Amino acid sequence: MMEELSLNILDIAQNSISANAKLIEIDVFEKDVDNTLIIRVKDDGNGMSKEFLSEVENPFFTTRVTRKIGLGISFLKEAAEMTGGTFNIDSTLDVGTTITATFVKDSLSRQPIGDLTATIIALVTLNPQVDFIITYCVNDNNFIFNTKEVKTMLGDDTELNCPPIVTFFTEYVNEHILNLNGEGT
Amino acid sequence: MKSLAELAAIRDKMKQNATIREDGEKAIRIVVGMATCGIAAGARPVLNAITAELAKENINHVTVAQTGCIGRCTLEPIIDVIVPGEEPVTYVHVTPDKIPKIISSHIVNDIPVIEYTVAAYDN
Repeated sequence: MMEELSLNILDIAQNSISANAKLIEIDVFEKDVDNTLIIRVKDDGNGMSKEFLSEVENPFFTTRVTRKIGLGISFLKEAAEMTGGTFNIDSTLDVGTTITATFVKDSLSRQPIGDLTATIIALVTLNPQVDFIITYCVNDNNFIFNTKEVKTMLGDDTELNCPPIVTFFTEYVNEHILNLNGEGT
Repeated sequence: MKSLAELAAIRDKMKQNATIREDGEKAIRIVVGMATCGIAAGARPVLNAITAELAKENINHVTVAQTGCIGRCTLEPIIDVIVPGEEPVTYVHVTPDKIPKIISSHIVNDIPVIEYTVAAYDN
């Protein structure tokens, strides 16, 4: 079991990367009026067949040979269902996969989101070839980090994962996330 | 708050520095195990410590990459340091506080930190 929801997000996104995704969209939506926290990871990767999909939530199902998926899916499913929430996977072969986990926000069993900045930075640092659109929404306020936009600003000859750029991203993302939670300056 | 508009200045500053440091430096790779086992064991703070340390020490000739599960999940977090022309060195049970030593000794001075390696663990 992961200790933070943001670690689950990092792990789930690894499946998208293994499935050759070019674009991964990650949404984290907190809505107090609905008492929900929704995590959605959508990719344009290889997708899964119906047969594969029917097995994938089983923790003892493994694709050791192709290494597409492991315990990660069942960790996130368990984390969501433990709060009284729901878990869903939509997948179409050659189109992509969308994973949605809905949590009851004020449930005592709900894990904290944790260090979402560290997850975003890890994904961007390690996968400069993949594009990410990360949306963090707390009630009516949101923060969007879009690597396509960042790459346009940097130009073609500057790598997204050079240490000085990553340092800037870390501060930038952290500030905006804290601000969303009303902890900013 | 910080704005993405600041990126242009950072990029231009990097370009000025790049001309000085391109010669003679080897492209070293640091590979972090990022499967479920690695993440659960603490690979994310290790990765962030690596990036922070590289930035702090102004080291720009190192590529940080990821790999999946290599089958020794109990030894995670695992990182490999790959210097061109040398055998890869595998560090196990890596924690963020071990990173400054690995970077200063192995990356900067080309001396692996033997006591953190899988070889030391297996002995």
